[in-house]
Amino acid sequence: MLVKITTKPFGETEVDEKQIIDFDDGILGFDYIKKFAILDSKDNSPFKWMQALGHTELAFIIIRPGDFMADYRLVVSQSDLECVGAENPDGVLVFAIVTIPADPAAMTANLQGPIIINPKNRKGRQAISLSEGHRVRHGILDEMKKTAARKE
Amino acid sequence: MLVLARRLNESIIIGDDIEVVVIDIKGDQVKLGIRAPKRISVHRKEIYDEIQQENIAAMSSNLQPDTLKNLSDFLSGGGREGTGDKNGSDPAKKGKS
Repeated sequence: MLVKITTKPFGETEVDEKQIIDFDDGILGFDYIKKFAILDSKDNSPFKWMQALGHTELAFIIIRPGDFMADYRLVVSQSDLECVGAENPDGVLVFAIVTIPADPAAMTANLQGPIIINPKNRKGRQAISLSEGHRVRHGILDEMKKTAARKE
Repeated sequence: MLVLARRLNESIIIGDDIEVVVIDIKGDQVKLGIRAPKRISVHRKEIYDEIQQENIAAMSSNLQPDTLKNLSDFLSGGGREGTGDKNGSDPAKKGKS
């Protein structure tokens, strides 16, 4: 079923209700937002939008960690997985929130607090990575260069 | 806030199944051991604070869809300079020569 929502990037738009994800605990710093819509960007970009429902001006840019880091692996607690009704990391989709400063080349992705989504029940959560190597700011371009260098 | 004094190797119990033990005290640092069921997550508070600050920073990325398109081009170019049209598709550069 299509639902009409108002978004920061595209104004009023229709989304499939399957794109609307419940974040029962909100997101750290924005715990009053309980629902986000995941929107594809309109080009063939790896970026997506995570639009807060009911708060048009609030939207995150997100990216799949695997799109810039080939050896990314989700490491989170069982409790984070259980909160979205998943039994193991394979049962969830993973996104990293992107921060884009004035110089876009310096854009970073947050792997310390990955967004996990169970597509079966459409529950989402910002988990906390248990991997020592995951920080709040990973240079996306730096990681891509590292990945490319390893392939050569 | 409940305040309890504990010595080395003493512990407190939270609920029925969470135990926090003082394992070591050195100067201004205390080492704590936490015994808790797997479903209970335990993290340093700084991690929460960092993620929260980063969420707020990410939300202030003031982005238009066009910018995102440029970013994707930028990404697919691996971040190299000059991936775009050298003849100056950038309107700001036009008409200056």
